[in-house]
Amino acid sequence: MSSFRLPSGGRLDRSKPLDFTFDGKPMQGLAGDTVASALLANGRQLVGRSFKYHRPRGILTAGAAEPNALLTIGDGGRTEPNTRATVAELYQGLIAKSQNRWPSIDFDLGAVNSLLAPFLGAGFYYKTFMWPAAFWEKVYEPIIRKAAGLGRATYEADPDSYEKCWAHCDLLVIGSGPAGLAAALTAGRAGARVILADEGFEFGGSLLSETAPIATQTPAELLSRTLAELESLPNVRLLTRTTVFGWYDGNVFGGIERVQKHVGTIDANRPMERLWRFAAKKAILASGAEERPMVFGGNDIPGVMMSGAMRSYLNRQAVAPGRQTVIFTNGASGYRTAADLEARGLDVAAIVDSRADAPKTWDGKARVISGGVVMDAKGGKALSGVTIAQAGTLEVIKADALAMSGGWSPIIHLACHRGARPAWSDAKSAFLAPEIQDGLSIAGSAAGLETLEACLADGAEKARRLVTDLGFANADRAFAAVADRTEPVKPLWFVRGSKGKAFVDYQNDVHVRDLVSAVGEGYGHVELAKRYTTNGMATDQGKLSNMNAIGILAEARKVSPAAVGTTTFRPFYTPLSFGALTGASKGRHFQPVRKSPLHDWAKKNGAIFVETGLWYRSSWFPKAGETTWRESVDREVLNVRKNAGICDVSTLGKIEIFGRDAAEFLNRVYCNAFLKLPVGKARYGLMLREDGVIYDDGTTSRLSENHFFMTTTTAYAAGVMNHLEFCAQALWPGLDVQFASSTDQWAQIAVAGPKSRAILQTIVDEDISDAAFPFLGAREVSLFGGRLSARLFRISFSGELAYELAVPAGYGEAVADAIMDAGAEHGICPYGVEALGVMRIEKGHVTHSEINGTVIPSDLGFAKMVSVTKPDFIGKAMLSREGMLDPDRLSLVGVKPVDPKTTFKTGAHILTEGATPTLQNDQGYVSSSCYSPNLGSTIGLALVRRGPQRYGEQVTVWNDLKNEYTKAVLCSPVFFDPENGKLHG
Amino acid sequence: MASLIACPHCGPRPKEEFTVRGDAGITRPEPDAGADAWHAYVYLRDNPRGRHREHWHHTSGCRRWLIVERDTVTHAIYSAVDAAATGETA
Repeated sequence: MSSFRLPSGGRLDRSKPLDFTFDGKPMQGLAGDTVASALLANGRQLVGRSFKYHRPRGILTAGAAEPNALLTIGDGGRTEPNTRATVAELYQGLIAKSQNRWPSIDFDLGAVNSLLAPFLGAGFYYKTFMWPAAFWEKVYEPIIRKAAGLGRATYEADPDSYEKCWAHCDLLVIGSGPAGLAAALTAGRAGARVILADEGFEFGGSLLSETAPIATQTPAELLSRTLAELESLPNVRLLTRTTVFGWYDGNVFGGIERVQKHVGTIDANRPMERLWRFAAKKAILASGAEERPMVFGGNDIPGVMMSGAMRSYLNRQAVAPGRQTVIFTNGASGYRTAADLEARGLDVAAIVDSRADAPKTWDGKARVISGGVVMDAKGGKALSGVTIAQAGTLEVIKADALAMSGGWSPIIHLACHRGARPAWSDAKSAFLAPEIQDGLSIAGSAAGLETLEACLADGAEKARRLVTDLGFANADRAFAAVADRTEPVKPLWFVRGSKGKAFVDYQNDVHVRDLVSAVGEGYGHVELAKRYTTNGMATDQGKLSNMNAIGILAEARKVSPAAVGTTTFRPFYTPLSFGALTGASKGRHFQPVRKSPLHDWAKKNGAIFVETGLWYRSSWFPKAGETTWRESVDREVLNVRKNAGICDVSTLGKIEIFGRDAAEFLNRVYCNAFLKLPVGKARYGLMLREDGVIYDDGTTSRLSENHFFMTTTTAYAAGVMNHLEFCAQALWPGLDVQFASSTDQWAQIAVAGPKSRAILQTIVDEDISDAAFPFLGAREVSLFGGRLSARLFRISFSGELAYELAVPAGYGEAVADAIMDAGAEHGICPYGVEALGVMRIEKGHVTHSEINGTVIPSDLGFAKMVSVTKPDFIGKAMLSREGMLDPDRLSLVGVKPVDPKTTFKTGAHILTEGATPTLQNDQGYVSSSCYSPNLGSTIGLALVRRGPQRYGEQVTVWNDLKNEYTKAVLCSPVFFDPENGKLHG
Repeated sequence: MASLIACPHCGPRPKEEFTVRGDAGITRPEPDAGADAWHAYVYLRDNPRGRHREHWHHTSGCRRWLIVERDTVTHAIYSAVDAAATGETA
């Protein structure tokens, strides 16, 4: 085993060695290691290069706040940059790479930036790269981006799956240190539904790293007993590897569970990560406290570490920090680390305590330097010694490890996510969040407590109060009340007189002088200083640096930290993967796919599909030998007009409407009359918005006195349903009317063309002659000699003699096949929405190309449809506004080129002949266009000023995108069969 | 916006299931109420700070239109009732 692993101790499985590589070099760790502890055990302190100066950086923390030890872990599509080595669990075969170095971490050319450091201070981008402006994008930014930065994302697709889920509970406990465990146990015993979530891979928080006994038990004994009881409670759910990252409205918390981040062989049937939403009646935030670094020269040299982190590596993973350690502290944490090191036989050279009046309770071997400071750390890629100043004298001590503790900052992020502002506590020298908020209480060291005993008691008491509020009677504290023992705290925001750079924000390379210069240049406000220096803006969001930065700003401005205040805490607490946020909504699952019941029928007939919204609609049906879509579409159109065609119209919205007042209701939502629509008849209806503009159109049939069947356009099916429900429930709740969407229940088949009746009569049992079933007939029919019930409508979008046959969805394909068989001798062909589009333009029928949110009925020639006798309908009042009556409105016309060999496109604008092509001269625009094989020319529908009065006028169709001008003539929008002879045939 | 809305028919459900329409405090005028009343109904909306009653549709649930009273500052939801059950018309 490597030189820094102690021969015994730690929460490790020494029978399970794990192989991994770091920058290609094979190494070995143990089950129970993080990547960081395994690297330390292998004697690897230097693990990264800093963002700006490329300074050598080591492992600073043992948790989520780590700013330095950011590695790229994994390979291929599983490459994950900027992973904190301090929270990444080691697994067999793990591949780790250092970042922001070239050619290698030990020899990094970028380190030349350190020599340029005098020029690279805060604001240097703004000052240096200002001129010439054009250089920023092309020259400066690419170079800066290449030189600075972190890991690189992979371009390969992530092979893993992710999922999202909800969980509900009475009490969510965030963090499983002493306060969290005590809270979960208290609430669990009372019978509350508890979820205990911890970001670590083991429960216990600080209990995992501490050694001092609690009453008669060691922290480890207390932990295992408490966990055993929690596991025995069926109402308690325990989630490790789960970071609760945000607090949201309604007491909903976001959590991310790393399900398989710690395994070498991924189980494809399980998600990689799981995004939780916890709907908690109450919650306890027991997130602990973050130790603050000391700010002195060279405080970033590998070998310098947080005091608590050093204790954690020593006690949890049996890793010695070095051979000779110096402690720099202003509180109890440094002494605890010294005691633990000495207990393991490791040499502590000195305890430097910045407090001149430190309590004299130390009884270990190490020498205590009271009222002293570490002025500078020495070394390059590894620590070699420290310069200590005490009472005006300097002393150099050899050391290869330095533990620092500048006090503790409660981790209050979540408690501030919904707007609460932290308040400065002089007694604690820390910002504290309101301890009790609606739905959330803070317990333990997150509330500023210090000792394990006090945290246990606080968690128990806060949980007791919350579950009692929820109605759980006789809830008892799992741990007895005890007073916190506190030492006086005297913050040391930075050491004066350091020669080397004293870093505040390690990840963004912000040092003391940057903050001081921010104040000097007028950016002393905490929010301005943050942006000016970038302090707190890295991926760690300033977990280690913000408090020190506030203290330094306060000293530079000669005010209290209370007057400086904090920046705003926002989710997420730690970075979240895009995979987790995306969940299952990717690739084919990005959005649902809707397929018509006739999809397979269309497919076997060779359809080319087009996506319309979520639907796949058959667009055209090419035949062998046809090389362009136009050939197919022209053939389909000509064949329908000559013989017959069959088309899938199942995607139209279909709504069944029932009720005694259904007719009255329809009369109010359509602008035309529906009250007296006879049973067995269909009617075209126009639905307006309340502002008078057309919302949607479609046919509605009366199947019986109190049963109507409405069709909507494909695109507005959902919107119309919502609209009808609003009208019925909110506007006219007194009307007896109900709705059921049946879009997916019916396969609807249009059969059109002069031979359509002959074809359909072979499968429809009832007489469908023109006399028995005239235009706009609508009725139930039976098919195949009574084997199937269906609905038949004699309606036409193509302008031909046409029917729409609706059959239960499951029979759609069989019925379509039967129609094809019956129609074979009549020359039937399937046609798609392209041919349908050509035929409707030939007939001047409108779609949402014309009903585009600007037109009113009269614009489309529907003025006479609008009822003048109905007392009220949606849109009625606003139709009489001045602008709606303006004769100059854009209105529907046909347009065709003067020379049939020329063409124009939809969207082109109409100019009066000879007019200069300007927007001022714009007369309107082409809303739909196509090639009409019946007319042998391009034709179009257009919305043109005073359109219907200008039939015969020669105009110019102007396409400014292509600089094309086409001479054209305005005409009636009905190009084909204007007498409707075919329709009524 | 609140994460959960307590539908009177379905219980507390995630806000993603609902669609907001807007101010529930406006009443559809009579057809002959005049241009000003109709202009106000169709186009003018208050943007209050604090308590606000709005129409919400439980689109991916029971498909009922609700009147939800919520706080535009704190995002607290005070009540959610069926629009048809309030006895008032929009």
